[in-house]
Amino acid sequence: MTSLLIIGVVVLLGIAIWQLTKIFHLTQTIKQKPAHESESEIASERDNNVNGYLLFGFLGFIYALMIYSCAKWGYMPLMSDAASEHGKDVDNLMWISMILIFTVQIITQFLLHYFSFKARGIKGRKATFYADNDKLEMIWTIIPVIVLSGLILYGLFAWNNIMYYDQDEEVMYVEVYAKQFGWDVRYSGEDNTLGKANVRFIQGVNATGADMSDPNSHDDILASELHLPLGKKVVFKIRSQDVLHSAYFPHFRAQMNAVPGMVTQFAMVPSITTSEMRQLPETIKKVDKINKLRSQRSQELIAKGEEALTPYEFDYILLCNKICGRSHYNMQMKVIVESEQDFKKWLGEQKTLGQRIAEEQAGNEPQPAVEEEAVNQEEEAVSEDNTAESEEEAIEIENIRG
Amino acid sequence: MSAALEHNLEHGHEHDHHHNQTFITKYIFSTDHKMIAKQFLITGIIMGIIGVTMSVLFRMQIAWPEESFKIFSWLLGDDFAPGGVMRNDIYLALVTMHGTIMVFFVLTAGLSGTFSNLLIPLQIGARDMASGFMNMLSFWIFALSCIVMLSSLFVESGPASAGWTIYPPLSAVEQAIPGSGTGMTLWLISMALFIAQSLMGSLNYIVTVINLRTEGMSMTRLPLTVWALFITAIVGVVSFPVLLSAALLLIMDRSFGTSFFLSDIYLAGEVLHYQGGSPVLFEHLFWFLGHPEVYLVILPAMGIASEVIACNARKPIFGYRAMIVSLLAIAFLSTIVWGHHMFVSGMNPFLGSVFTFTTLLIAIPSAVKAFNYITTLWKGNIQMNPGMLFSIAFVSTFISGGLTGIILGDSTLDIQVHDTYFIIAHFHLVMGVSAIYGMFSGIYHWFPKMFGRMMNKNLGYIHFWITAICAYGVFFPMHFLGLAGLPRRYYSNSAFPMFDDMVDVNILITIFAIVGALIQIVFLYNFFSSIFYGKRASQNPWKGNTLEWTTPVEHIHGNWPGDLPVVYRWAYDYSKPGYEEDYVPQNVPLREGEKDGGAH
Repeated sequence: MTSLLIIGVVVLLGIAIWQLTKIFHLTQTIKQKPAHESESEIASERDNNVNGYLLFGFLGFIYALMIYSCAKWGYMPLMSDAASEHGKDVDNLMWISMILIFTVQIITQFLLHYFSFKARGIKGRKATFYADNDKLEMIWTIIPVIVLSGLILYGLFAWNNIMYYDQDEEVMYVEVYAKQFGWDVRYSGEDNTLGKANVRFIQGVNATGADMSDPNSHDDILASELHLPLGKKVVFKIRSQDVLHSAYFPHFRAQMNAVPGMVTQFAMVPSITTSEMRQLPETIKKVDKINKLRSQRSQELIAKGEEALTPYEFDYILLCNKICGRSHYNMQMKVIVESEQDFKKWLGEQKTLGQRIAEEQAGNEPQPAVEEEAVNQEEEAVSEDNTAESEEEAIEIENIRG
Repeated sequence: MSAALEHNLEHGHEHDHHHNQTFITKYIFSTDHKMIAKQFLITGIIMGIIGVTMSVLFRMQIAWPEESFKIFSWLLGDDFAPGGVMRNDIYLALVTMHGTIMVFFVLTAGLSGTFSNLLIPLQIGARDMASGFMNMLSFWIFALSCIVMLSSLFVESGPASAGWTIYPPLSAVEQAIPGSGTGMTLWLISMALFIAQSLMGSLNYIVTVINLRTEGMSMTRLPLTVWALFITAIVGVVSFPVLLSAALLLIMDRSFGTSFFLSDIYLAGEVLHYQGGSPVLFEHLFWFLGHPEVYLVILPAMGIASEVIACNARKPIFGYRAMIVSLLAIAFLSTIVWGHHMFVSGMNPFLGSVFTFTTLLIAIPSAVKAFNYITTLWKGNIQMNPGMLFSIAFVSTFISGGLTGIILGDSTLDIQVHDTYFIIAHFHLVMGVSAIYGMFSGIYHWFPKMFGRMMNKNLGYIHFWITAICAYGVFFPMHFLGLAGLPRRYYSNSAFPMFDDMVDVNILITIFAIVGALIQIVFLYNFFSSIFYGKRASQNPWKGNTLEWTTPVEHIHGNWPGDLPVVYRWAYDYSKPGYEEDYVPQNVPLREGEKDGGAH
């Protein structure tokens, strides 16, 4: 059926092209014998006219497409309801840039197509010999310089605010850990210090490779959902165990790559809780629209004897935004922003890494001796590497301060 | 210079006397630049067909992720698309190969290879390239690299699948994705060959432009095409070797156990031995080429557009010197902005500030170019030949795509739109579509020079109008997907209900893409049938000023039958007051008291 449809479309297209060629041919009235046979393939005055008008029409098409796109898809909660404090700056700058871009686009496309239309060739007319005008060129060099300086300055201020944070500030450290194809989080626990880590320590429940010989590791808390307290600065320490990933939090205007062998970071302050966000009229509208589409799709699925889709409820999300392998398209984690009380309550219910490892060992007794030996060797092998890493981290912190 | 010129002259005369070329020396192992240009063009077109077909396949997948298509199993085989359902790693492989083929094989070799070879000797008045043999070698190494790249499509584990940027560790470790096995090895070999041919070609172009200009052809009388191709070659020589070094180091990491780019990797339940390397290093090396690469693609298109617009508007190009200066500025800046691909890579944020600054600076010469094109059209007498329409559309997409660069080049905004569909829309408009338009424009304009026949203009108009509409139809809505936060390179968006309301956009884009791809069949038909059955071309069908139109229609070795032409004026004396005709070729002597170079 599909192939039949495709053949039908191809045939129709072929006919359309054939007819169009005929129309174009008819527009060229037969004139006196051309001086050279090549002349029939060079634009005649009729061609100039037809294509001149078409170019002007094309300007209309570009405008129409712009208006249609903005009206239909321009409703972008992602551009206006940033759920983090720095996100408001990003959105602001985005709007300024967008308005600027649209203005320039509308004007320059008009000039381009209008001039092309207006100056369409007429036999016997000569173009104006106009090769240079230093003043004009100066104007369109200086104007972009001024406008761009403004944008650069605003952008750099925002960038510095986002990327650097004060070391004296009270912050919460959270490790965001990427692997094919999922995320883990490790909270720093009561001491607010993440234990050292390396992939060589990965074993059993210790999925992010925390170094248990570091006392800071014992109160760390592993979780499979990212809970964040409202209004508190969180510093994500981002790691990857295998390939490059990118921790992308679209609602928070936050993104940083996860790089194996390196700890990257991104700091932000969540400013709207999940339940507040769900109540916003824009969100309700978007969710309704999505659920309408999903229920339609569900009906089709049920008719085919498949399972229906679950209705969508708004949640913040962390997704992978750097090609990382076959299931890259489904590497996600739920993010929940809640009041500090709720957050503390939730965190209090989680077991620390030390407890969980102890439980695991209790369950697995007795352990085969060979495996233990191998682990010991491994630990020795990485001790050097560990110091190197902590040095790196120290340098990084230095950079942040600077 | 004169010594080289004389030598060249003699050389040319020698060839005029004996025409004992066999089929093999004339059509296959030819050292004639015009034949090599045609070889590059046709190879580029074949690669283009493959690259575009791939894009249609993965667009169908992304628009209808749950459907199965017979065409998938026809074209990809039952291994890659069992039962007509594309495998998710094959989706990534198609995305990777589409990017690689289009950027390198079509828009670098196909575009600058074709037009540098064709136009540099003809427009500067040289008998051939400085080294015809190296030129031939360059093409055949290119052909070999195409074969190696295409052969990777038939590897059991699939072709390279780590994205055209081949970031390690994904591209380095076979356990990470099947395509990083033999497929990736072939990719790297092919790319090494590609770089070798590109360097041979570029060196040849540079030497030819510097040494073999005919008498009177000073640098300030060079047509803008030659300027653009010359600068392209310089940028290529500066940046391609860095990619070669990155590729070699990656080969070492993959096959010889080094750790240049890899460290601390835990995959499939075991810790790999790599230690101490950094993927960020690879990103720096890759983008040191990768960014200038997009200018290698767009500069020749700018050169072609300058020439075609001036000739068809029957008007001198506005601000010839400003055009050269902006070309130079763009080329220089292009080598110091690579970090804007890496704002969120984990590099020091201070570098981010520096790269934001240099990146936004590029907007200035780009704006100068756009305004100069527009002013050239103003009060012209525009001949709407298909080549001209493509050049006008080039300016249009260059503006549309370039403007969003202001958003992506700003590190703060890049945090949000990095690696989303917004960037896909941006670079496809500003370098993909624009460069393809430049290429089409060049093909329509210089077809009579290449093949001695004319292309059918009505088929050209149909090709242009439907292509122009589809290109905007595909890439304009794509910006909105990106603004909604949809990441690129997702096999399916159904894992995220928050993107469900974007399904209709994806379907619309795919329909435009399919129509846009199908209409290229009209071009292919027009191109190949016109080679044999097109109307015979006159010597100077578009009434151009440049030297290539003073050569005979029939190709001869050495280009000009007698002495080389002498140049007396710049290339843009269109509609010059005081002349009967609306063009004055470069080899017409200046009249007494007449000033050169746009003064009057």
